[in-house]
Amino acid sequence: MRIVVAVKQVPDTSEVRIDEERGTLIREGVPSILNPFDEYALEEAMKWRDELGGTVTVITMGPPQAEAVLREAVAMGADEAVLLSDRAFAGADTWATSHTLAKAVEKMGDVDIVMTGKQAIDGDTAQTGPGIAASLDWPQVTFVGKVREINEDNIIAERYVEGGCEIIRSTLPVVITVLKDANTPRLPSLRGKMKARKIEIPVWGMEDIDLSGDEVGLDGSPTRVVKITTPEIVSNGEIHHAEPEELAGLIVDALLGKEGE
Amino acid sequence: MASIEVRKDTCVGCGACIPSCPFGAISMVEDLAVIDDSCTMCGACESSCSYGAIIIRTEEAGGFEIDQYSGIMVIAEQRDGEIDHSTLELLGEARRLAEADGSEVSAVLLTEKAGEWPARLTSYGADIVYLAEDSQLKHFRTEPFSRIVENLIVEKKPAVVLAAATTTGRDLMPRIAKNLNTGLTADCTELTIDPKTGGLLQTRPAFGGNILATIVCSNTRPQMATVRPRVMKTIDPDDARKGNLEKINLSPEDLISRTEVLEFEPLEEGEIDITEAEVIVSGGRGLKSEENFALLEELADLLDGSVGASRAAIDAGWIPYPHQVGQTGKTVQPKTYIACGISGAVQHRVGMQSSDRILAVNKDESAPIFEFCDEGFVGDLFEIIPLVIKEIKRRRK
Amino acid sequence: MNYYLSEELNDIKELCAEISEKYIIPVRAELDVENRFPAEIIKVMADSDLFGIYIPEEYGGSAEMFGGGSMALCVATEELSKACGGIAVSFAANALGAMPILISGSDEQKRKYLPDLASGSKLAGFALTESEAGSDAGGVKTKAVKDGDSYILNGTKQWITNGGQAQIYTVIAQTDTSRGARGLSAFIVEEGTPGFSYGKKEDKMGIRASSTMELIFEDCRVPAENMIAREGYGFIVAMKTLNKSRPGVAAQAVGIAQGALDEAAQYASERVQFGQKINSFQGIQFMLADMATQVEAARALVYSTAKMIDSGEKKYEKESAMAKVFASDVAMKVTTDAVQILGGYGYMKEYPVEKMMRDAKITQIYEGTNQIQRSVIASALIKETAARGK
Repeated sequence: MRIVVAVKQVPDTSEVRIDEERGTLIREGVPSILNPFDEYALEEAMKWRDELGGTVTVITMGPPQAEAVLREAVAMGADEAVLLSDRAFAGADTWATSHTLAKAVEKMGDVDIVMTGKQAIDGDTAQTGPGIAASLDWPQVTFVGKVREINEDNIIAERYVEGGCEIIRSTLPVVITVLKDANTPRLPSLRGKMKARKIEIPVWGMEDIDLSGDEVGLDGSPTRVVKITTPEIVSNGEIHHAEPEELAGLIVDALLGKEGE
Repeated sequence: MASIEVRKDTCVGCGACIPSCPFGAISMVEDLAVIDDSCTMCGACESSCSYGAIIIRTEEAGGFEIDQYSGIMVIAEQRDGEIDHSTLELLGEARRLAEADGSEVSAVLLTEKAGEWPARLTSYGADIVYLAEDSQLKHFRTEPFSRIVENLIVEKKPAVVLAAATTTGRDLMPRIAKNLNTGLTADCTELTIDPKTGGLLQTRPAFGGNILATIVCSNTRPQMATVRPRVMKTIDPDDARKGNLEKINLSPEDLISRTEVLEFEPLEEGEIDITEAEVIVSGGRGLKSEENFALLEELADLLDGSVGASRAAIDAGWIPYPHQVGQTGKTVQPKTYIACGISGAVQHRVGMQSSDRILAVNKDESAPIFEFCDEGFVGDLFEIIPLVIKEIKRRRK
Repeated sequence: MNYYLSEELNDIKELCAEISEKYIIPVRAELDVENRFPAEIIKVMADSDLFGIYIPEEYGGSAEMFGGGSMALCVATEELSKACGGIAVSFAANALGAMPILISGSDEQKRKYLPDLASGSKLAGFALTESEAGSDAGGVKTKAVKDGDSYILNGTKQWITNGGQAQIYTVIAQTDTSRGARGLSAFIVEEGTPGFSYGKKEDKMGIRASSTMELIFEDCRVPAENMIAREGYGFIVAMKTLNKSRPGVAAQAVGIAQGALDEAAQYASERVQFGQKINSFQGIQFMLADMATQVEAARALVYSTAKMIDSGEKKYEKESAMAKVFASDVAMKVTTDAVQILGGYGYMKEYPVEKMMRDAKITQIYEGTNQIQRSVIASALIKETAARGK
């Protein structure tokens, strides 16, 4: 079974702060991490590789420093990694990104499943997974909270939707996007860390994947960001300082209306 | 190839761009901003420069005769035997956008049995309803739905296509956008028409909710967007509104699907979808343990509400992921949101800020939540909440 | 201080820090209250290859990759102890239990027992202490009487770390009652051996996540091939074992102290009294400065000793004792000061430092009390002085 996991290096957005005056992001001290949702996709891939045999290959599209998350994935147990990097890829929206990733998967050949996290915590679009499926013309199963079964021909997965869960069966090959409910990602092992340091990670550029300039990067992106602002915080709430008894009374007034009214 | 340039004659060396770059790609060399290879052309620096010294250039892509596209198409969604409320919200928004130029608003409905639904869609704002009716369309399945909608878009050429940012919308729309080589913006919280270009300005949160990005799709059509549910408003329904109904002819190839829905398991008794709740009592780091959530459960029960949680509580394992409110959890818009021991960091805020009323209990008066709540209570939740519960019980007797 | 650890040792540190953050810190208070062994965390450690870092590759470990194993054990134990001394010792005590086999075992014994310990699929414990034999190890009364091709063990071991959780125990018993300390021998006894049972589980002041139990031997028949080295060699095996693993205890003390220092420094940077952060008061500043300096000095002693051992040094009894006595005294002082700095909050179980203070105390007592350590150091000094004088 050959599983490819598409991952992304993202800033840790839970650590990002805003310069209120300028309305800009404060980047200093914000570490780059492996997109948390992708960790779950990676764990899912490794789980099924451990059970069914095969390989797990991680790929990412990014600048040269994105290699770090590929090595992190290898430390966790991925078998091999490929970095898709080229100046031409910069500025890509999800169309160009999913196109590039899909072409890389095609080039690898013989891939049974592509797994990726539901969304990246910087873009938050959740569009890349389905975009890859469309590019490859493969079926897709999104919002997978649990993979029940994988065999030669099919995958059976639980898709978490509003109000419940759909049990979906899909043919292979398939693209699935994974939720945090799916598993608990394993930690890297010492052996893994050592392998991660030594492993050679090939870098594929635009030409290596048979892409042309108008299909990738900013030029290949139908959407563009034209403005970035910080959300306005409207602060006009009344803040109460009092003894717990009094505060409790005020809260219940707010909830049930003032007593006697 | 696209390029980014710092105009040497314009850059004054103020350094405002440096902290704006989410990737740390900018540094100051001899009073001039220099951008290195870590740049992903996200455009944050371009926006941050008050001097206009940073320019991103792209090549114009062709192939779409923009003028041939008009109208706003809404993908309707059904749920539990009803048109999903989010569809009605989208129709309301589409009507507002259409006011600018008198565009036609259409709705696309793919279903097993349409019944009264076309009329309902019309009364909520659709000028025309495109209907595909087939037993194979009973459940949402990516391939038939995307194929049918793609064919319709190619035929009808809407300038804008909207769907709700539900699991269905977020599954379907990226596939269609990719196949039609056009742009899609996810989870929009605001849509406006650019008076200069007539194009759609799509605003959405990104970076965990830390920023709002405005996105355009200038050179391709349709401009596609998924819209966050419970943000837009419906119009008042008007049963007297006139609208057309057009049936979509389906061929067997349209309905081929490599995925099947074997079963639908609704949430069990006791499992809730917190997005439906009218009252949410939510706990964060301040709850300190799994056991303490029982306190919030008791209060939620008394108020007929649900228990929510911030990411901190989920990550600590005190309460399962379906209860998570926030950028990587659920977005909720209850009538009342009671935040207990939650700091109110932006990643949480974006998931609940549209609540009608936010009450916050926290013993740290500098917690960010007090900056945007409607009423704040500074104190120990372990003292206050039990007293709240006691008082509610007393008053109800 | 940056010790410029090798990449591999840094891997261990990073891994332990991740385990601490994701698995240990969220549950440490709970395990402390419930007196509960961290079985799930042990599994995570095993899956991450932590158990083999001091065992040679020949026997399934990876010690060579880490320069020998002593530094590796110290780095791991210290990092884990920052989060919880009890969980850290549950990890480190395995090395203690395996050490007799490693140091003096036969090749067959090593092949039989070490691979499982390296993979973490089995845990180990070291059983020396008895009710009448603490500092006076020669006072061991558990008897091992030869009977054909086995030995019959009778007696009770007390306060054995990992007792009840380990599968492999190295047990010191008396084979010749006439020869005192020279009449002791070391045996490998597996859990489940008929006649070997567990007694009570102790309710301790600190390191409560660590399982401490009595081991009871009643006509327990142990095969003769389970004896380590030969008859009479038990005391030496025990002393060598303790000397080699002692830096690990010192590392535990350094880790506990560092964890407490970090909490105190953080608190002092947040707590406002008299309109200022309390870390702007010299009284607090001087306390923090002394705490930090002592922890650094303790760490330096521990690392130097570990490096010595990894470099092949044969005699390190004095240094090992110095590292342990200094680091444990520092840990007690620093944790006490940390509670002081947190003031009333430091006294509450809601905050982690009172547990750290309770955890620190044992490091002054076990693996040789600090009084014994001082005797050892003094003896060594006296010998050296005499040798110089000649």
